Amino acid sequence: MSEAVTKFLFGRLTLEAIPYHEPILLGTFAMVALGGIALVGALSYYKLWNYLWREWFTTVDHKRIGIMYLVLGTVMLLRGFADAIMMRLQQAIAFNGSEGYLPAHHYDQVFTAHGVIMIFFVAMPFVTGLMNYIVPLQIGARDVSFPFLNNFSFWMTTAGAILVMMSLFVGEFARTGWLAMAPLSGLDYSPDVGVDYYIWALQIAGVGTLLSGVNLIATIVKLRAPGMTLMKMPVFTWSALVTNVLIVAAFPVLTAVLALLGADRYLGTHFFTNEAGGNPMMYVNMIWIWGHPEVYILVLPAFGVFSEVVSTFSSKRLFGYTSMVYALIVICILSYLVWLHHFFTMGSGATVNSFFGITTMIISIPTGAKIFNWLFTMYRGRIRFELPMMWSIAFMLTFVIGGMTGVLLAVPPADFVLHNSLFLVAHFHNVIIGGVLFGMFAGINYWWPKAFGFKLDRTWGLVSFWSWVIGFWVAFTPLYIVGLMGVTRRLRTFEDPSLQIWFVIAAVGAGIIAIGIAAFLIQIAVSIRNREALKDVTGDPWHGRTLEWSTSSPPPDYNFAFTPVIHDLDAWDDMKAKNQMAPTQGWLDIHMPRNTGAGVILAGLSMIVGFGLIWHIWWMVGLGMLSVIGYAIFHSFDYDRDFNIPAAEVAATETARLKALAAAGA
Amino acid sequence: MIMHIMHPQTRNGKWRRALATLPLIAALGGCDMVVMNPAGDVARQQADLILWSTGLMLLIIIPVMALTVIFAWRYRASNKDTDYAPDWDHSTALELVIWSAPLLIIIALGALTWVATHTLDPYREVGRIAAGKPVPADQKPLDVEVVSLDWKWLFIYPEQGVATVNELVVPVDRQVRFRLTSSDVMNTFYVPAMAGMIYTMAGMETKLHAVLNKPGNYAGMSANYSGAGFSGMHFRTHALDEAGFARWVASTKAAAGKLDTATYLKLEQPSERVPVMHFGTVERGLFDRAVNQCVRPGAPCMSESMHGHGHIPAPAATAAPAAAAGQHPHHPSTSSTGA
Repeated sequence: MSEAVTKFLFGRLTLEAIPYHEPILLGTFAMVALGGIALVGALSYYKLWNYLWREWFTTVDHKRIGIMYLVLGTVMLLRGFADAIMMRLQQAIAFNGSEGYLPAHHYDQVFTAHGVIMIFFVAMPFVTGLMNYIVPLQIGARDVSFPFLNNFSFWMTTAGAILVMMSLFVGEFARTGWLAMAPLSGLDYSPDVGVDYYIWALQIAGVGTLLSGVNLIATIVKLRAPGMTLMKMPVFTWSALVTNVLIVAAFPVLTAVLALLGADRYLGTHFFTNEAGGNPMMYVNMIWIWGHPEVYILVLPAFGVFSEVVSTFSSKRLFGYTSMVYALIVICILSYLVWLHHFFTMGSGATVNSFFGITTMIISIPTGAKIFNWLFTMYRGRIRFELPMMWSIAFMLTFVIGGMTGVLLAVPPADFVLHNSLFLVAHFHNVIIGGVLFGMFAGINYWWPKAFGFKLDRTWGLVSFWSWVIGFWVAFTPLYIVGLMGVTRRLRTFEDPSLQIWFVIAAVGAGIIAIGIAAFLIQIAVSIRNREALKDVTGDPWHGRTLEWSTSSPPPDYNFAFTPVIHDLDAWDDMKAKNQMAPTQGWLDIHMPRNTGAGVILAGLSMIVGFGLIWHIWWMVGLGMLSVIGYAIFHSFDYDRDFNIPAAEVAATETARLKALAAAGA
Repeated sequence: MIMHIMHPQTRNGKWRRALATLPLIAALGGCDMVVMNPAGDVARQQADLILWSTGLMLLIIIPVMALTVIFAWRYRASNKDTDYAPDWDHSTALELVIWSAPLLIIIALGALTWVATHTLDPYREVGRIAAGKPVPADQKPLDVEVVSLDWKWLFIYPEQGVATVNELVVPVDRQVRFRLTSSDVMNTFYVPAMAGMIYTMAGMETKLHAVLNKPGNYAGMSANYSGAGFSGMHFRTHALDEAGFARWVASTKAAAGKLDTATYLKLEQPSERVPVMHFGTVERGLFDRAVNQCVRPGAPCMSESMHGHGHIPAPAATAAPAAAAGQHPHHPSTSSTGA
């Protein structure tokens, strides 16, 4: 084959792109390949492919899509955490002239991938998954506003995740840090495919995130049950509404800035280059105009979870509901006025720096008010220390420290000495692990019985809980300390041997967190095995207060046979207090959306376009684009989108549920 | 006023000691925390600010953490002795407290921030050499021009006509006025013992004013990831007394190396863990051409091309006027806007 033909067919993809000369990657690949073969073999052996495709991949049911998001987040957590362990190991041994075990080429990809994966493909899927599952149930809706779009959004996010994973074994990932700051991410300094993987993975996943944001806003605004005014909406749904408003307003900025960076790399423009009028500071500003709201996109849903959990397990109404809602809205608005605090050290004037420092501090007022509200929800309550509540209390104790160091970093002259240090790294892990991740674990332990009809095992849950909490502090306290010793981030080797002990302690902490992650997976496996013993037939195992607990566990496909009518903030608690009876007759046909494979196909084609763009395989890009457009048009002519669940089937489902409830004595 | 209480050595030694007993600080007493115990006055004030801010915030953080533990224990379900108010969900008085307490702290912290940010603006000359030691009227700041290269630091002393790579030498108790730029990607210039960090960016000039008060040998580094050689991109900072500094200048002047266009272009090429270099002579205007990205013969200077002249200055041109020092602090700007 002549060179021109090879180049046409494969772009810049050559055999050299397969990292067979890197033993670590080769080992990883062998493990992933073996695991993949085992999984595919098992699925084939048990003839599960058809089931997975029909019931899960093509589903438009918000509940199943929510669960798939959570599975995606969990799988990617393993990858992101593997990166974390590699970094901790490298930093623990690279002293006294040792180069450690990772060359710069590899280490720099590892810390970039760790950040990208943890934010975009762990935290975001967890958050989106929980919102997807819970919001329609909390507002008494049968599904989200646009069920197919929901499926499509999920697969676009997954396509982005697959591209990132692909970069492990085909080519390489970016070596730029998780925000791919220009000009380092420009063609001059990063000519390889790494940054292109970064751009297209995030662009494709970003489509999913944005559309899912639109979907959930429409759902919350339009599909609330009658009587549920905005101020009778559960706080988790409020946090979801605010979060999705943030998503819809912030993600287009990310899309734009990555498109401009892409233009610099593909079309020879000069938005962010050093020369020809480009200005890298513009990139830094734009990426943080998305990046700071992103922080709140992650943490607000976690705040929503804590509000539900603290109220439920304190057996009490949430204290200060109105101020909770206003606090959310204030945080939403202020989150757009603080982005410059990420680069006080870029030399803005003292007045500009002060402005952004003070707006940042102001955010701590509504956040502090929320903490107090949880506190006073516990006050004069009857607190049950179930797993979700334990995660919430650990959050309150951990997060305030992260909040405090955050406000400290908002003081510009203090930031001058702490910026880009490991103190900063400790701070944002303190709020993301202590806030977002603890919130997700609280949420998963809280709503698991709703999704599957049985509780999660308490013993393994406790092992996971304590390992995470202790592991977090053991891993990140040393980073706070070495940050104050003037140690900065992203270093691969160290000069000062006296620092080593701190990195060894941090590595031990990461090891304890590894136990926490393993215990979480074991907790799920053990619970599935013991599901009969952990079974809950009532659908309301925690004495919940909001509507999702009024359905069976798991809820039927249609969620609610009759749309409930709402009279009180804690709608389900109100119904229980008034002894309202579930309807026993008068069932009607229920109109439902039909499953479709279009989401998988469109996202798959988009991924192929992305792959072609990354490797400059232009025929693949062209064909892929045509296929995406063609298939989207074709799908729009598919009129077989819906069906009716006959009244008889609804009657059978509901009667069975009533019988089970009566048998359980509820 | 606020700045006064920030200098506890002079006026509020008791406060200082009280703050030092705070748990965070106490737990960390054992290790060498250069950020909290720096050798330069600017960093000293920044460290004090960290202490004061932390102290202010602990006023609210400690009660919150204590209440969390107390409430969680006291209102546990098994304790039936406490009162239980399942429907109690509002109290105007409490709401006022929980919004105004953080607000008051933030007002105090905000005021502190405003004053300190202006006082410690890196673009501003230092207000004093050390606590209780004003800048002598006849003392001229030492000018140092800093260029971050892949992956090493170039320091040019325009007045002395010498230059170094990966070694910064300054006299103690004399203000140093840094002008900084980068040859390509962004870095941050950071000497934790001296002062906070500042970005270096290609085509732009940033400034930093600082002073070191104790003779010694301190770490300096790039704190902003800049590519493969980043981990080795550090340098030693030596603070010498006036006489020692003069001796150092004299001995460096005697060094054979000459930093001219050709040497700079060679130096600019990526290299890692470069040993210390000394240059006894330096071509004039090199730093300004580095800022304007026209060190390479034939490259148009940004300051020129942006004004539409577009002519190519000779490599040995004197300082590009656009980026000349001495103008009043303008925050990082492409050099053309400063003209």
